[in-house]
Amino acid sequence: MATTFENSGVLDKSANPKRFRQQFSGKLIQIFSLVVPIILLGLIIFLAINAWPAMKLNGVSFLTNSNWNLGSQYGKPITVDGMQVLPGANYGILFLIFGTLASSFLALLFAIPVGLLAAMFISEIIPSRLRESVALLAELLASVPSVVFGLWGYVVVIPVFSHYVYPVIAAILGFIPFFAAPVRSGYGLLTAGIVLALMVVPIITANMRDAISAVPSADIESAFALGSTRFEMVWKVVLPQIKRPLIGVSILGLGRAMGETMAVLMVSGNALHIPKNIYSPMSTMASFLVSQLSSAMEDPTGMAVNSLVEVGLMLLILGVLVNAAARLLLLNTGKN
Amino acid sequence: MSAEMREANTDGPVFADHVSLGHYRRRRIIGVLGWTLCGGCFVLLAFAMLDILFKVLKGGLTAINLKVLTETTQGVSGGLLQAIEGTVVLTIGSVLIATPLSIGVGVYLSEHRNRFFSKVVRFMSDVLVGVPSIVLGLFGYVALVAGLGWHFSVLAGSITLAVMIIPYISRSVELALLAVPQSLRESAYALGASDASVVARVLIPRSASRIITGVLLGMALSMGETAPVIYTVGWSDYLWNGQVTHQSMGYLTYVIWSFIDQPYQSAHKLAFAAALLITGMVLLITVSTRFTTRYMTIQ
Repeated sequence: MATTFENSGVLDKSANPKRFRQQFSGKLIQIFSLVVPIILLGLIIFLAINAWPAMKLNGVSFLTNSNWNLGSQYGKPITVDGMQVLPGANYGILFLIFGTLASSFLALLFAIPVGLLAAMFISEIIPSRLRESVALLAELLASVPSVVFGLWGYVVVIPVFSHYVYPVIAAILGFIPFFAAPVRSGYGLLTAGIVLALMVVPIITANMRDAISAVPSADIESAFALGSTRFEMVWKVVLPQIKRPLIGVSILGLGRAMGETMAVLMVSGNALHIPKNIYSPMSTMASFLVSQLSSAMEDPTGMAVNSLVEVGLMLLILGVLVNAAARLLLLNTGKN
Repeated sequence: MSAEMREANTDGPVFADHVSLGHYRRRRIIGVLGWTLCGGCFVLLAFAMLDILFKVLKGGLTAINLKVLTETTQGVSGGLLQAIEGTVVLTIGSVLIATPLSIGVGVYLSEHRNRFFSKVVRFMSDVLVGVPSIVLGLFGYVALVAGLGWHFSVLAGSITLAVMIIPYISRSVELALLAVPQSLRESAYALGASDASVVARVLIPRSASRIITGVLLGMALSMGETAPVIYTVGWSDYLWNGQVTHQSMGYLTYVIWSFIDQPYQSAHKLAFAAALLITGMVLLITVSTRFTTRYMTIQ
């Protein structure tokens, strides 16, 4: 019973080492609250400091031209604005911005309808006995490492689609400029979009299932009572109610697609220019960071690495913005 | 509402005078077409998922043998021993760093639930989940590999992976603690326990199994990660010599990415063997945590 008195504050606090220890561990927990803010701020600050020389050197042309050139490796570094740069070096990433936006757009274009319709099918048609096992399958798809998606894209999507699917698309939609032949190797924008879509779909399906199950059953019963078919019920009663989470989850998926690295790296062809058509090789900001690491490290002036960090900083800011937007949207619907 | 109840009113339609049979048929046909489309989407996904598993399993099983598990890599042939070792070391390292920090964060978030600052932390944590892993790798490279001069190393890789999994683990710690009944806390406080002993002797023991589930999921994540590890650990053909800095290391995900591009049969086989090992381990963890969670909810 002694501890009861000690902790009730009856005894002199300063004279009690146990009391002091307990107060200290209470404070310790407060210190832990700083872990996540420190990480996030540390990320932004470290990347900003290291990107700063590149930002000064590149200016706005970083975003507006598509010429990424590390310069002559064996040339004597020249001085521009007080910074050492290899002769001929130029850093422009317009093609990366294009590649990132285009591949993410394609991914969402495939993933949103497929994910939503599949979620409707799982919630409404699949018998409830099997529903959990089917959901497990979707969950497993979400946990497969991205490099394995890349491997699958490499050995399945590229050969199959470049031989049988892309030529057909080119023949049918060839009158639209960006869809015309040549199809070539299969490494490229469309392949990246397809593989990314597959990686985004599980997020959309899982969240949409939650959203569908949150629709009040009174609404559903009313729709049936008015004589609607099951499809009409889903289309006219459920769908309008899950619009907002759908937008939130789509933005979340956009974040995932923009930041995805390995799968894109393995199927996109890693070209350093804006793709000629939808089938041709391209790079995204994330995949570029890996494909260029070793050559950037060769640059004795360090400017290539600084410019890569500038790409990373942009990716970070994009990721933070997109994710914050998605969370705020989902937050307001009271869903997680 | 059960599926049977919903189904009950779909047969035997009663028509009002102004509704024709043709109109009714058209609505039914639209329904059938709609559901066929939905089913098609579902089948497409299921097929892709099963095809990924099948290709990895088939390619991996034909490639894997005793030599792969017991020898180190020589160029693009040999075995994967040092890569398996590296993946294990990195995964354990990152979990060891991340778990104590995450438990601290999780305890703060659940026990100071309604403070403004804990809402800020939760939001930041959600945002950190959305930061692309390659950006974390770049951070590890800039801060640890180049900044602190550690070079490509186990420590740089483990810390980077730990940063990646902290938001996930702390979230599951938070949820685990929230599931502990409030009355248990009140009883402990009534007995005169301090904040610290409530956490250490009541909350954490009580939610240990859920916390372990979260740690295992973090483990699966860090195991399957590639891009940040390329940026912080490099690659090596040799077994680890125990140095935590200045010593690069092999790991399985690198093999998948880099060897599948090589024009050699031996390289492709190693890539598939690595893919089977990684996918197998990750899926095993995911499935087992899933079943333990279900078991716990039934309890």
